Amino acid sequence: MSIEVRIPTILRPYTDGAKQVEATGDTLAAVIADLDARHVGLRDRLVEDGALRRFINVYLNDEDVRFLGGIDTPVADGDSITILPAVAGG
Amino acid sequence: MLKIGAHLIADVIAHARADHPDEACGVIAGPAGSQVPTRFIPMVNAARSPTFYEFDSRDLLALYREMDDLDEEPIVIYHSHTATEAYPSRTDIALAGEPGAHYLLVSTRDEGAGVGTSDTDVEIRSFRIVDGVVTEEPVEIVPMA
Repeated sequence: MSIEVRIPTILRPYTDGAKQVEATGDTLAAVIADLDARHVGLRDRLVEDGALRRFINVYLNDEDVRFLGGIDTPVADGDSITILPAVAGG
Repeated sequence: MLKIGAHLIADVIAHARADHPDEACGVIAGPAGSQVPTRFIPMVNAARSPTFYEFDSRDLLALYREMDDLDEEPIVIYHSHTATEAYPSRTDIALAGEPGAHYLLVSTRDEGAGVGTSDTDVEIRSFRIVDGVVTEEPVEIVPMA
């Protein structure tokens, strides 16, 4: 079981600079927990009160997980997850 | 310092004027590691708001995939303020997610006041925003090669 996770520049300090890391899990929440075990602190940058942070976008393959099942979205071996901070402001 | 072609500044100003009074936003990409902005990419402001901007999430993924494929980076991230000065708002600072980018702000607040017909009426400033710290930098506008 392996899922490829693409890490944005701003979170690469957590992954020793790696653009892409591997993780396991059968839901996005489980993948994030696995990532946090390997790259401590990452979960807090993605999740707040059990849900994805408003200005963090997470994609499963080509789809924003907000249009799937959010943090409970099922993932499978071979899937690709992309994390991108929103480009937003006021 | 941000060194940027005059044609790219003209593109940003034209976009900001076209979307006024809503905020306009976009990216100027360039070769990774170069610090040279070359490719103007206007984005839709999904918020369609005079006080907020956000790239649509699907557009955002497509943009980053395309830049990745072309070995590019977002050298400049631009947006307009339509009623206030060209200085990062608290929201801009809190949400800035590209520590390597130049955050270019333009203000179109003088638009519609009977002026705004020349580029000199549009205020343009550039900033680095890293870990909540804003550092203004000079903008050098160079003629198109």
